[in-house]
Amino acid sequence: MAEVLVLVEAANGSLKKSTLELLTAARTLGEPSAVVIGAPGTAAALKDKLAEYGAAKVYVAESEEIDAYLVAPKAEVLAQIAKDAEPAAILVASNAENKEVAARTAFKLDSGFLADAVEITAEGSAKQSIFGGAVTVTSRVAKGVPVISLRANSVSAAPAPGTAEEVSVPVSLSEGAKAAKLLERVEEAKGSRPSLQDASVIVSGGRGVGSAENFSVVENVADSIGAAVGASRAATDAGWVPHQMQVGQTGVTVSPQLYIALGISGAIQHRAGMQTSKTIVAVNKDPEAPIFELADFGVVGDLFTVAPQLAEEVAKRKG
Amino acid sequence: MNIVVLMKQVPDTYAERKLNPADNTLDRDASDAVINEIDEYAIEEGLLLKEAHGGEVTILTMGPDRATESLRKALSMGADKAVHVVDDALHGSCAITTAKVLAKALATIEYDLVIAGSEATDSRLSVVPALLAEALGVPQLSGARKVQVEGSTVTIERSTDTGYDRVEGATPAVISVVEKINEPRYPSFKGIMAAKSKPVQSLSLADLGMSPDEVGLGASTTTVESFQEAPPRSAGTIVKDEGNGGVAIAEFLASKKLI
Repeated sequence: MAEVLVLVEAANGSLKKSTLELLTAARTLGEPSAVVIGAPGTAAALKDKLAEYGAAKVYVAESEEIDAYLVAPKAEVLAQIAKDAEPAAILVASNAENKEVAARTAFKLDSGFLADAVEITAEGSAKQSIFGGAVTVTSRVAKGVPVISLRANSVSAAPAPGTAEEVSVPVSLSEGAKAAKLLERVEEAKGSRPSLQDASVIVSGGRGVGSAENFSVVENVADSIGAAVGASRAATDAGWVPHQMQVGQTGVTVSPQLYIALGISGAIQHRAGMQTSKTIVAVNKDPEAPIFELADFGVVGDLFTVAPQLAEEVAKRKG
Repeated sequence: MNIVVLMKQVPDTYAERKLNPADNTLDRDASDAVINEIDEYAIEEGLLLKEAHGGEVTILTMGPDRATESLRKALSMGADKAVHVVDDALHGSCAITTAKVLAKALATIEYDLVIAGSEATDSRLSVVPALLAEALGVPQLSGARKVQVEGSTVTIERSTDTGYDRVEGATPAVISVVEKINEPRYPSFKGIMAAKSKPVQSLSLADLGMSPDEVGLGASTTTVESFQEAPPRSAGTIVKDEGNGGVAIAEFLASKKLI
């Protein structure tokens, strides 16, 4: 069976959920091979879980140099592995950095890159949602190895045993891959909420929230469900929350199982980033707000009474 | 410090956007065309760097004839000149081809920095700056929310999920910026008048030493096989809060097994 390369992502020694989703998606195309590119010792902690989710092979490319430079080293190593393995496809999770790695890999392989797939077919074509969710296209890579980035939550991760045979890959980076040096990684976000890109539930606040202090109303709902916190552009432009939390065009595009919009009117700018969410719930004072056109369940009312009641009720049901 | 700012003309996000059923490409005539929003931030950053370090700002675009309107707007913000890669054969070019063409065009311009917006509102790929760095073999400094230049060293703050990465590279380099980096200026009346006489150079594929078979729909590395309007979401239940709105949502979520 054809090999399908999956670029592995981990944080704090454990696999990201999106990697498990990629391994699951890869099985529709062939036999998944996990590719771990990172600092020495990264792969060891991940191997069991990779095996549990069907990795037949685990390519281990470890070097101190990988994380010392931006994007280019990963693209170089991934392309090198792909040249030898001649896989049926290369899958990465859709986020800013991976898309850059994937595109540069496709460039090196003289193939093509499909971004932000919401579905991958057995034939290797991808479904993408464009123009703020108004149009769905089916695309394929015209030549060479398809390189595809898959949006988080597009498939449900399911285990399937694999042998996870380790293949060690020597890393020797070209000078070109060392052009952009990573000096420092600064963490600003506090707390232990899930990241927006990966989260299966997101609670977002918009203009209706009114101030930075009031955002605690949104955060309380998020924490009651274990959700990530997002925001509309109105809220990030006003400086109530950091830019990283912006869902929508020019921000993050998400596709969670559940999206709860509090005080968000639902301008095209915002819809472009969340319209493919599986279930959408909205609370807004204005019954004419366009967000209600998308909502599976909507409450016309004051978010400052509805949201705290929701958080309380969720907590109560959890017991 | 000579700076080239990449600019893309895109359909207005607030208008209805369409694909052309004849070849599954963007229907550029179906809606109003504007400067891609984040590119205005890239132009602003170019102008700020020029004001601090001297040099010239050149706007580079690849696009159909009508992209000249957007070039004039960019010039009216204060850029010095523009280069327009325009050729019918470019229609339908993929991101990788676009990067190759832009790299060829850049070979005709003296530059220390290339600045782009991080994402175009039509294709939303966010990869052309990375691909351009790959094609040129120069540092990729993408996703910048802050740019600092000292001599030939460029340092950016690259926006991440949880904060930022400080990334450094030497000129020439490709930068892409996110919208939090600055507040783009509006063209002044003087700027608008001055823009009318600023030079706009057109370059064809032949001028770049490229052949039509290397670009366009035929050479695209990706193909759109089909497209369809997404089915409208089935109408949901909308209730007015009568004092139990929060409980009603919780019940809905429980019925869907979401809590």
